[in-house]
Amino acid sequence: MALLRPLEPVSQRTRILLGVAFFVIFFAAWAAATLGGYVSKTFLADPITMVKDGWILLTKFGFAHDIGMTVWRVLGGFVLAAVIGVPIGILMGAYKPIEAFLEPFVSFARYLPASAFVPLLILWAGIGETQKLLVIFIGSFFQIILMVAVSVSNTRRDLVEAAYTLGSTSIGVVRRVLIPATAPDIAETLRLVLGWAWTYVIVAELIGSSSGIGHMIIESQALMATGQIIFGIIVIGVIGLVSDLLFKFVNRQFFAWRLA
Amino acid sequence: MRTDAILRIEQVSRIFPAVSGRQPVRALEPTDLTIARNDFITILGPSGCGKSTLLRIVAGLDTPTSGRVVLDNRAVTGPGPDRGMVFQSYTLFPWLNVADNIAFGLRERGVSETIIHETVAEYVAKVGLRGFENHLPKQLSGGMQQRTAIARALANNPEILLLDEPFGALDNQTRGLMQELLLGIWERERKTVIFVTHDIEEAIFMASRVIVMTARPGRIKADIAVDLPHPRHYTVKTSPEFSTLKARLTEEIRAEAVLAAEAH
Ligand SMILES: Nc1ncnc2c1ncn2[C@@H]1O[C@H](COP(=O)(O)OP(=O)(O)OP(=O)(O)O)[C@@H](O)[C@H]1O
Ligand SMILES: [Mg+2]
Repeated sequence: MALLRPLEPVSQRTRILLGVAFFVIFFAAWAAATLGGYVSKTFLADPITMVKDGWILLTKFGFAHDIGMTVWRVLGGFVLAAVIGVPIGILMGAYKPIEAFLEPFVSFARYLPASAFVPLLILWAGIGETQKLLVIFIGSFFQIILMVAVSVSNTRRDLVEAAYTLGSTSIGVVRRVLIPATAPDIAETLRLVLGWAWTYVIVAELIGSSSGIGHMIIESQALMATGQIIFGIIVIGVIGLVSDLLFKFVNRQFFAWRLA
Repeated sequence: MRTDAILRIEQVSRIFPAVSGRQPVRALEPTDLTIARNDFITILGPSGCGKSTLLRIVAGLDTPTSGRVVLDNRAVTGPGPDRGMVFQSYTLFPWLNVADNIAFGLRERGVSETIIHETVAEYVAKVGLRGFENHLPKQLSGGMQQRTAIARALANNPEILLLDEPFGALDNQTRGLMQELLLGIWERERKTVIFVTHDIEEAIFMASRVIVMTARPGRIKADIAVDLPHPRHYTVKTSPEFSTLKARLTEEIRAEAVLAAEAH
C-alpha cells in the first residue's frame, strides 16, 4: 500500500503528531546549530538563552504590556478594516455598477505598501495609537474589500436564480443568498488578512514607538540581544498560530455545511 | 380545454448572440404554445434542442429574442414566485436544512412562522422526507435532494410548476419512484406543470400532453395528447396503449436525434 496517495486524508492523531514533529525537528536543529557552536552566539542565540531572555523580559521589563499593546493595535486596526471593508466588499460583489466604480481604485490602493505609509502617517497622525491603527487599517482594508467582492461575485448563479423563482427581491438575494453562501469565504479572507496585519504592526512599531513587540525588538538590536529578538518573533508566531486555530475552530462550528 | 389557458407562449424565440467571432446560436425558433390550467405537459426533445432555454424564458430567468410569455393575462417580465422551478442541477441552499429550504419562499414573503411550520410539515410528508427535516443537503442522496427541491417549489403555491429534467441524474429505479411520487401529488392537487425530459417513457407516463421538439434550432414538431386514465400506476408502462404511444414518439424523436448527432 502506498503511503502517499494524492488527496488521501490522514487521521486527526497523525495530523497533530506530524505537526508537532516539525516543531521538534526545528528546535532540535536550532539547538544543535547554536549549542554545538556552529553559529556564533552574537548572531543567533541558542534556545536556552532565548527562553531565559524571554523570562527576564516578561518578569523584569514588563514585556506582557508590550504584547498587550501589539495585540490591541492589530485587533483595533483589523476590526475597523473588517467592519467597514466587508460590507463594501459585499456591495461591490453584488452590484456591478458599484464594482465598476470602486474596483479600479481599490485594486490600485491594494498595491500601495502599508509600511511605506508609516513615515507619512507619522507626519499626519503623530506617533500615537492612531498612526499604528491606520497602518494596519490601510494594509487590511483594501485587501478585505477585494477578496470579499470576488467571493460574492463567485456565488453560484443557479442558487441566485432559484431564490428569484421563490420570490426573492434583489435585497432578499443579497441577504438570504449571497451573504450566507459566501460567509465561509469571508471568514477565510479575514483569517488570511489578520495574518498580514501582524506584519504591518511590527513595521509600525519598529519606527517611532515606545511600546509593543516591534519596539522591544528594535531596542534589543541596539543591545545585540538576539535572544530577546527571537523571543519576540516567536511570541508573534505563537499568537498567530493560536488566532489561526481559533478562527478555524469558529469557522468549523459556524459553517459545518461547507465541510465535505 | 383551450379556453381556460393559464399560459400562452407567443412567437417566442431565442438567439444567443455570437461570442468572439463564432456564429450566433439559434437555440429556439419562434414557438407558440398554449397551456391549459391544471394540465401536465411534458416537453420531449434531444439534448441541446432548447428545452431548458424555453423553460428558463417561461420562468423569467432568460429574455426571449422575440415574442412573449403571458401568464394569466400578464406578460412575464422576470422571475417570480408564481412560477416555481425545479432545476436540472441540484440547487438546494447548502447552508439550510431540508425544513429551512422548503420554508425559503414563504419566509421571503413574510408568512407567519406558525403557517410556515404547518406548510413545511405538510410538504415534508408529501415528498416522504419525514425524519430528514434537519438534514443538510449534502447529507441527502440525489433523489432526496430533488424531492426537497420539489417540496420547496410547491410549498410556495405557484400558479405553475416548471421542472427541468429533475430526475435526469437519478438511477432508473429511483427515477421511477420519483415519477410516481410527483404524479401522485399532481393527481391530488391538480397543479399546472411543465416537465422537460429527454426520456420518452417518462414523458408519456407523466403527461396529459407531450410536446416533441426538433433538434437545434428547437421547434415544436408534434403535440400529442396522452389519454391514459388516472390514477396511473407504474404498470401502465407495459400496457398496449402505452407501447403504441411510445413507438410513435420513438419514431418522432429518433429522426431528431439523428439530425442532432449529424450537426455535431
Ligand atoms: N447562455 C448561452 N449562451 C450561448 N448558447 C447557449 C446558452 N445557453 C444555451 N445555449 C445553446 O442553446 C442550445 C439549447 O440549449 P438548452 O440548454 O436549452 O438545451 P436543452 O434542450 O436543455 O439540452 P439538454 O437536454 O442537454 O439539457 C444549445 O445548443 C446551447 O449550446
Ligand atoms: Mg437542459
